[in-house]
Amino acid sequence: MTALLDLKDVSVSIDGRAIVRGASLAAAPGEFIGLIGPNGAGKSTLLRAAAGLIPIDCGARRLKGDRFEDIPFTERARRLAYLPQARPIFWSIPVRNIVALGRFAYGASDNLSDPAIDRAMAEAGVEGLAERPAAELSGGELARVHLARTLAAEAALILADEPITALDPAHQFSVMALLQQKAKQDCAIIAALHDLQLAEKYCTRLVIIDQGRIVADGPTTILNTKIARDVFSIKLQRETDSNAISLAPL
Amino acid sequence: MKNKAGQNFFVPALFFISGILIFVSLLIGPAAIGPGGVLAALFGGGDNAASIIIREIRLPRALAAWLAGACLGAAGAGLQGLFRNPLADPGILGVSPAASLGAVTAIYFNLAAFAFWVTPLAAIAGALAATAALYILGAGRVSTARLILIGVGLSSFCGAIISLAMNLSPNPFALSDLINWLFGTVANRSFDDLALAAPFFAAGLAMIIFARPGLRALTLGEETAASLGANLKKARMLIIAGSAVLTGASVAIAGAIGFVGIIAPHIARTLVGHDPARIIIPSALLGGAILTAADLIIRILPFDQELKLGVAAALIGAPGFIWVAATTRRMSA
Repeated sequence: MTALLDLKDVSVSIDGRAIVRGASLAAAPGEFIGLIGPNGAGKSTLLRAAAGLIPIDCGARRLKGDRFEDIPFTERARRLAYLPQARPIFWSIPVRNIVALGRFAYGASDNLSDPAIDRAMAEAGVEGLAERPAAELSGGELARVHLARTLAAEAALILADEPITALDPAHQFSVMALLQQKAKQDCAIIAALHDLQLAEKYCTRLVIIDQGRIVADGPTTILNTKIARDVFSIKLQRETDSNAISLAPL
Repeated sequence: MKNKAGQNFFVPALFFISGILIFVSLLIGPAAIGPGGVLAALFGGGDNAASIIIREIRLPRALAAWLAGACLGAAGAGLQGLFRNPLADPGILGVSPAASLGAVTAIYFNLAAFAFWVTPLAAIAGALAATAALYILGAGRVSTARLILIGVGLSSFCGAIISLAMNLSPNPFALSDLINWLFGTVANRSFDDLALAAPFFAAGLAMIIFARPGLRALTLGEETAASLGANLKKARMLIIAGSAVLTGASVAIAGAIGFVGIIAPHIARTLVGHDPARIIIPSALLGGAILTAADLIIRILPFDQELKLGVAAALIGAPGFIWVAATTRRMSA
């Protein structure tokens, strides 16, 4: 099967500094990939490069087998939806209008009756907020609105940069469950995450990045004591009976 | 009712209000001409003197005020969308002062004598240079405060060069020409002036209207907008060129007039909602209505010397700007 996203030996440098070095990563339908690594490891840069938002020094980027460079902007936006880490909303437009922007690539950014908008709002659980202006939303509500905007594109590939940061535990669980659900519906999800326990609980696969290099890629069991110590500088213990992990300082 | 239905109601309503204001302003002047006389003069059959006063003096003036205001309202709405900042305005950001500088340069070096279109084009060129400079210096990347400080610097610099031109002005007539420009007025405009500015108004407005999808996407910031499939390069070029052409056109027809570009979009948002794409046409109509009303009021005021339109606009607009600045909550949380 053709991977929805295929990165081969991708290197990215910003202002002459190498941020991502020779990263290869492929994502297939059904996968919920947790991209984990310490601060400054290059997670966001890798996701931006995967979303086609920044140029790469070398390597190749393909979406469903087609080279990035050959895919027009709008077609790219139909194939992949991207949720950046910084999510400003500069004008207090209603939630429905924000989610409608997810349909931009379909030329319907002001068609508020597009059924995909209602489907996305229902999935993210914000259908009750549809007419509320952005300025009146709480942090948790905003996070789900941004998620609804991302889902509204109905793209097969979703790249989310720290989708659960700054959310309370209940919202963290619900967002992770929603992404897991989307993966089961044959999407491929790549999410940059800091919460190792949630990543290990919900993701189907983990990609560990350190100093710009992918140092491990595989099932969630690759998150072991050695990786935790070498990459994250923490102590990780795996319960023998439940296989759950617990974390502590070194 | 801040939705599409809102716009469908307010746009015709604002057209209607503009029409009423223009008609009322035709009634005002030293010669007493009643509504019947005005209608007769407009649609033929009126007596000659009244007909000339209405058609050649009052109508061009009223339309010039409306056109200048509409240019500023649309330019303000476009710039606010591009900079994602409700305090962006051609005057505040130094675009109008740069346009004035362009016009002043043309007048000072007597370039205006070559052809009637030199001064307006010089104004537009000044506006373009300023808008491009602002964008390069920090759209979206710097805070509201810094953006405005950059604009203040740009304004001061243009002001300094204009002062220099006045300082070195070879004769008092050139000086009074310059001062008339800088105060901002639509008195003694002709249909020739309107005919010169109108195509720029149409072109500038069209550019900003074409950029509407990009403006809408920019609500979520540049990174998200790009990921949504928006062509930001195109949107930026259209807004920068469009708002510069509009500002230049307004300066060409009315001189330096401030604050309309900030007040009109602010009111438009309360009428049709915050969608930056949806406020453009209402902002243009409101800008036109506001300046027509202001020009009407300065002619009713009982002063021996008629107040200049630019002075009146600043007297009303500056407190308006302070009000917007003090009450606007920044959304980019």
